[in-house]
Amino acid sequence: MSPSSRNRTGIVVLAAALAGVSALSACGGVGAKDGASPGGGSALTTMGFGFPDEIATTRVDAFKKAHPEVRLTVNQGQFDEQAFLSAVASGNPPDVVYLGRELIGTYAARGAIQPLDDCVAKEGIAMSDFYPAAQQQVKLNGTWYGVPEFYTSIILLVNDKAAKEAGVDPASIDTSDWDALAALARKMNKVSGGKIERFGFYPKLPEFLPLWAKANGADLLSADGKTSRLDDPKVAEALDYANGLLDDQGGWTKLKAFTDTFDYFGEKNPIAEDQIGMMLTEQFLVTSMASTSPDAKITVLPFKDRQGDPLTMVGGNGWVIPKGAKHPDVACQWIKTMTSADTWIAAAKARAAKRAQEGKPYPGTFTANARADQAIFSQIVKPSGHRPYDDATTTILGVQDKGFVVPQSPAAAEFRTAWLDAATRVMQGRQDAKAALAQAHQEATKALQAAAG
Amino acid sequence: MARPLSGLARHEARWAYVFLLPWLIGLVVFQAGPMVASFVLSLTDYDLISRPKFAGLGNYAAMLEDPKVGRAIGNTAFYTVLHLPLALVISLLLALMLNRVTGRAAGFFRTVFYLPSMTPYVAVGVLFLFLLNGQAGLVNQFLGLFGVDGPQWTTDPAWVKPGIVLMSLWNLGSTTIILFAALRNVPHDLYEAAMIDGAGPWQRFRSVTLPMISSALFFVVIINTIAALQMFDQVYTMFFGNQTAQHSYGDSALFYVVYLFQQGFQFLHMGYASALAWLLFAIIGIITIVQVKVGNRFVYYEAEPPGGTR
Repeated sequence: MSPSSRNRTGIVVLAAALAGVSALSACGGVGAKDGASPGGGSALTTMGFGFPDEIATTRVDAFKKAHPEVRLTVNQGQFDEQAFLSAVASGNPPDVVYLGRELIGTYAARGAIQPLDDCVAKEGIAMSDFYPAAQQQVKLNGTWYGVPEFYTSIILLVNDKAAKEAGVDPASIDTSDWDALAALARKMNKVSGGKIERFGFYPKLPEFLPLWAKANGADLLSADGKTSRLDDPKVAEALDYANGLLDDQGGWTKLKAFTDTFDYFGEKNPIAEDQIGMMLTEQFLVTSMASTSPDAKITVLPFKDRQGDPLTMVGGNGWVIPKGAKHPDVACQWIKTMTSADTWIAAAKARAAKRAQEGKPYPGTFTANARADQAIFSQIVKPSGHRPYDDATTTILGVQDKGFVVPQSPAAAEFRTAWLDAATRVMQGRQDAKAALAQAHQEATKALQAAAG
Repeated sequence: MARPLSGLARHEARWAYVFLLPWLIGLVVFQAGPMVASFVLSLTDYDLISRPKFAGLGNYAAMLEDPKVGRAIGNTAFYTVLHLPLALVISLLLALMLNRVTGRAAGFFRTVFYLPSMTPYVAVGVLFLFLLNGQAGLVNQFLGLFGVDGPQWTTDPAWVKPGIVLMSLWNLGSTTIILFAALRNVPHDLYEAAMIDGAGPWQRFRSVTLPMISSALFFVVIINTIAALQMFDQVYTMFFGNQTAQHSYGDSALFYVVYLFQQGFQFLHMGYASALAWLLFAIIGIITIVQVKVGNRFVYYEAEPPGGTR
């Protein structure tokens, strides 16, 4: 072999090796294309779910016990839009996804997730067991696209110490009187040397704007999810009022920086640290505090509209099956197990036992399954001797049927962005409420019309 | 007319291509291919799920009517204009300091100065969200030592971008190393000659150092400009990392690539996002051409003179 041909051979061998490496690299990380597990049984891959506690692990164990043949892969971590859509677009999605129910409308309208009517019928999932507001969030144009999991309600959490310092009985606080509420917020607020020491009343703008609007008698979106109502003067009035609360207490930029320092779910939560006078919050902050601050002096009250009626905004996550999922049947079985009353009851029992062992109160697990809740709160949750948490349970249960949701819409993401951005512009002092909502109404209407085709 | 290559040169050229092959494959598969695809997609209405529908120049026309495009360009330009000179001056100062350190300490300091560049961008974003907090952050506590009441870096729309610039100065390791390498290559005899001629430190820096490292300076200007215009990771982590955060800060931190990402992956407007990407490509291209044209007047290249060796 001549030197030149040896060189050519060397080049060819090296090029082939590199091509081989490239090809191998391209295969790296991709699972079996047909989705079959190596053992021959079926497989299931989840996205957006994790094992933070016994509420999750008990239900996952129930699935494993019922379906031992399924090779389960739980990709732990929060739902990530880019990862999800890339997976769907590339034809290699997970089998089942756990995400915020407010996202379901957009994904359903674009065909990123599958209709679940067949799944519901085949597995006999009792959708009527779920709270009506939660049902509304997983349905688009009469078709099921998801199954709800937790049920979050908004309540008023009061720091008793702050209330007493302001000279009021915490149990007497009434959010229906907006003038009195504003005055109390100012009283509870503490500022020293230009620094905020206690946020008197945190109205949770921008995310709770729908609640403030509803309390003032207005909806952000029509019931059919097709028409923006952001230009309703009552929405502007509500935003103006809630933003005024912020201005009175130091202004949004300072208050936001202050709330960014909060450790909501730790032992040094804002109530324990006396950083908050009262706040609107999802009930899960209270159930978390039962573990981190079992002896906290708090009062949990319903948020009331201006007519004095209790009102709450409903949220929570749900399970969906993406387009192109390789094991939709197994995914459906998973969804049924994770959301069924029996599984929830088992999880609640595990939580109650753990809290009892720790000597901490258990205010309950608030699921979207009303039948599960009925059993949990009649059989499992018992008075703990920690009165604030026992009373909190009663309050939270009392508002559950007063819940409303922002209706699902094919342009849910754009609509939500429009009103959230508008509220933020107002809070930052860049626009007044009327102008900001007029702009948001235009943006939302354009998006809703485009989505309607 | 080009001279034909000798056998040895041909042999070397062939091996050069072989060693370039992995990069070339990467270029075609991961850059050129997606670029062509994104251009095609920019002419369509595409939601990532359904088949793309041809939309002509509709996406480009829509950009003209979208006020957020202007806002995002403005935010990005503001950041670039502020970040670039600061990054260059500070990197050069650090490189000059490193160049003066000799002995065993040299390796230590070079490592320490480069370490911030090893920190993941996401971690830097989270870290600075705490450092810059107007209420309890260390930056304002430091300013407080001098009686300065620091601004709300992360929440006041007027201070969000300066805060991001401050954060960006954490990560100057690569620029510093490039300039440091250039400084090390400046022939020492030039300094000796200048000193014999009576040049002081400032004159030596201005008349010897700067011209001799001008090509490296030019390179880092181009690279840092492009990086600034493509800023994403840290800003996204700080201000858009979760759903609540996305809307609590408004659009004062809405950088161009963040908006592009939102359009593509939150609103599923991938065709529009592709058009946005091509607009950014055009902007970067124009700015780079201007920089090259202007820069060539000031840059000293140590090239081989025509006709062979010096």
